[in-house]
Amino acid sequence: MSVVITKPDTLLYDGVDWDYDKVKRVYDAIEHVALKEMGLDVYPNQIEVITAEQMLDAYSSIGMPLMYKHWSFGKHFARDEMLYRKGYRGLAYEIVINSSPCISYIMEENTMTMQTLVIAHAAFGHNHFFKNNQLFQQWTDAEGILDYLEFAKTFISQCEERYGHAAVERVLDAAHALMNQGVHKYPKKRSLDLRLEQKRERERQEYQDQTFNDLWRTVPKPAAGARPPKSVSERKKLLGLPEENILYFLEKKAPRLEHWQRELLRIVRHIAQYFYPQKQTKVMNEGCATYVHYQIMNRLHETGRISEGAFLEFLHSHTSVVFQPEFDDKRFSGINPYALGFAMMQDIVRIAEKPTDEDRQWFPDLAGRGDGMAAVRDAWANYRDESFILQYLSPHLMRKLKMFSVRDDAEDPYLLVDHIHNERGYRSIRKMLARQYDLGFLEPDIQIVDVDLAGDRKLILHHRVTNGVLLDESDAKAVLRHIANLWGYEVQLVEVSSISEAILKEHAVTAPSGVGG
Amino acid sequence: MNIIDRRLNPQGKSLANRQRFLRRAKEQVVKAVRDASGKRGIQDIENGEKVTISAGGVREPSFHRASSGGVRDYVVPGNKEYVEGDTIQRPDGGGGGRGSEGSPDGDGEDDFRFVLSREEFLDIFLEDLELPDLVKQKVKQSESHSLTRAGYSVSGSPANLNLVRTMRNSLSRRMALRRPKPAEIQELEEMLREAEEAGEDATQIQALREQLEHIVLRSKRIPFIDPIDVRYNRFESVPKPIAQAVMFCLMDVSGSMTEHMKDLAKRFFMLLFLFLKRRYRSVDIVFIRHTHEAKEVDEETFFYSAETGGTVVSTALEEMQKVVRERYPAEEWNIYAAQASDGDNMSSDNAKSVTLLRDAILPLCQYFAYIEVAAEHNMGLSALGRETELWRTYKQVQSPERPLAMRRVRSRREIFPVFRELFAREKATA
Repeated sequence: MSVVITKPDTLLYDGVDWDYDKVKRVYDAIEHVALKEMGLDVYPNQIEVITAEQMLDAYSSIGMPLMYKHWSFGKHFARDEMLYRKGYRGLAYEIVINSSPCISYIMEENTMTMQTLVIAHAAFGHNHFFKNNQLFQQWTDAEGILDYLEFAKTFISQCEERYGHAAVERVLDAAHALMNQGVHKYPKKRSLDLRLEQKRERERQEYQDQTFNDLWRTVPKPAAGARPPKSVSERKKLLGLPEENILYFLEKKAPRLEHWQRELLRIVRHIAQYFYPQKQTKVMNEGCATYVHYQIMNRLHETGRISEGAFLEFLHSHTSVVFQPEFDDKRFSGINPYALGFAMMQDIVRIAEKPTDEDRQWFPDLAGRGDGMAAVRDAWANYRDESFILQYLSPHLMRKLKMFSVRDDAEDPYLLVDHIHNERGYRSIRKMLARQYDLGFLEPDIQIVDVDLAGDRKLILHHRVTNGVLLDESDAKAVLRHIANLWGYEVQLVEVSSISEAILKEHAVTAPSGVGG
Repeated sequence: MNIIDRRLNPQGKSLANRQRFLRRAKEQVVKAVRDASGKRGIQDIENGEKVTISAGGVREPSFHRASSGGVRDYVVPGNKEYVEGDTIQRPDGGGGGRGSEGSPDGDGEDDFRFVLSREEFLDIFLEDLELPDLVKQKVKQSESHSLTRAGYSVSGSPANLNLVRTMRNSLSRRMALRRPKPAEIQELEEMLREAEEAGEDATQIQALREQLEHIVLRSKRIPFIDPIDVRYNRFESVPKPIAQAVMFCLMDVSGSMTEHMKDLAKRFFMLLFLFLKRRYRSVDIVFIRHTHEAKEVDEETFFYSAETGGTVVSTALEEMQKVVRERYPAEEWNIYAAQASDGDNMSSDNAKSVTLLRDAILPLCQYFAYIEVAAEHNMGLSALGRETELWRTYKQVQSPERPLAMRRVRSRREIFPVFRELFAREKATA
């Protein structure tokens, strides 16, 4: 007796190899599911096929298709290449760029199922998130980014030609060190328009060229002390201090920088700002993309569009992506954003569609509202990791992941288990986990507090220390050296306790010799 | 949706970044390369090498919190047995139940490892080295010739006719002398025929006919191509330096040579081979070992097989002379030789060696390096400055105009410095 397996003719593809026709067919099928059934809203898609080496390239230049030249990218490439070639690490299956059109890279050696998964994950999941999340809407300019990077690349290579590699590198090194301190964390009046940025820079350059007059050089300088000394508060107000965006402050106020050096700082600052939302939404972004690909692949499977074999292959890579090792596992390296994000999305749908009594008590608005998909879409649009966890992490999920919190006080010989997944602990654990994703809390709070431009021009920074955790000393010193290189005068960093205002530690770097103009 | 195939885009986009990175890490990379070169075999030294440099010079600092001190809270998954208030033994490294601390991307303060390509490795390895000046003169003398294009000439063989030049000259001459164009003649003929058919005025026809005759005659008088138009490609024979070299490795393998000494010799040969390989398209190696008799052998035997017997240096020189005569005529090959020995020689052989070296070998060679290897622990004797038999012998031959260099090497550390000393680029040769 023989069993004849007939392949249903609804299959989109069969076998492992991919070609453009199949990709096109699969894309159309996915698009139908994503837009019609799941109600996603995406930027136009552009899918680019690349080789493994190009993937490594993209890796090293922080995922962007074009990037200015800098040694640190070469360093990352050298490391990633070695890890990859020696087989220590695989490559990501995809890279997706928050731009319009939204560019997703797929690798040529992926199987057809992997390509399907990647298209569902990146071209629809991430793409929807980029387009709809309020942080991205507010902070990034998807249309302008590629053009801006092109401009940045050309501008920097022109600078290299004109002023030499070393001079450019010096500024970029410093700017990179301050990248985390180069973002505006609060909304401005005007949204960022990167196209305008380029135009502005060009115009400023032209204006300078046209109005250049050598006579200005000969104008006598006002005698020292002619102006009455200002009070400290007046001085701070004029300079807009305190300022936490150090790069911004240096760009605008550093007395000894040339025009092009300021522009370099500006470029790095814009790029940092562009990535700021991504840093704040790791869990949500991956959770969204993972949930979307999971739904789409299941749907394709249910409707008989992909074969059992393909579905198994998908499940295999899906489960390894959302695998969360436990804390005592040697594979544990923190909470996996894919796992947490995916679990939370599923949980939200569950609460919306099949709530328990506990859920009704915890999420009165969400529980039982039906249409889980609409509920997660809401969440994707309006939250970032911190607020998302604070809002949506349910007792059910905390129990499922068996979460507990640990307090590590350097003065105690033991670690203390503070809260566990029980009635008394839910709220604290949720609050603490949310805080682990709050960039405002994760990154040290460093601000420029004072500088006397008329006096010794010493730049004073404060680090407000929370929980007694100081800065890493050697790195802090190195960054201060970079700041001093840009600022041109002495720089001092004071670590101040945020509770008692007591000075805990001071670092100072003297003025660099022969820097600036 | 758009699908774009980027696979054919230019590769090596990150090359510029890599160069910047290497430039940045120069000092450390150079050190790493020099260290690495000590551990390699002679023929495979030029493959790429994984180098490890300290992260110091290529550190990317940022403001971040220290990994210890203060109070921290963590939420982690996978509770099995803990209840509130339990205490846990602090794991090594001060962290809690967390593995993510330390460095998020696995780099941090550790050493930085990456792979240098073969080219990069050699570039750094052989930086600042140059073949000695006297070798260059030699190269110039022993030239071969090749033909190179060198402008145009008015005479030459038909095969070298330059059609474009010739036609250009012809065209300008025809224009200058106003040679009638075929089209003009044709037009005039047409007019004449029409006039005749129309039965026009006889004088007018006559005028046309004369005009036609005139221009036909003129076009015959002014040739389409004149011998003065003709140009030939001119070739000049240019001396070409010989692009092949042979390297002779001579070594004393008698009992007095210890493993340590052989190792030193091997390292020196290795460097020389590498260096020549960079400068010449093809490099042959000839291994000649000697005791009281000399023999050409392969590399394996050369370095690793033991032999007993006395020490007669002249046999090796004779063997080398023989090989040169048979296979490597001095006009076609750049000949380099390196001899390694512990300095022993039979006293009766010294005079013969000197004569051979001075009169036969050195005139053939671009460069003859004599490396005297000594036992590492044998400091006392050498420090006293007692010269060995062979050293004294060779010293007689040494003079500024002879391409003979002599150095003593005692430990591995000295190999590279000695090599650099021998081939260091002369600073004042501008």
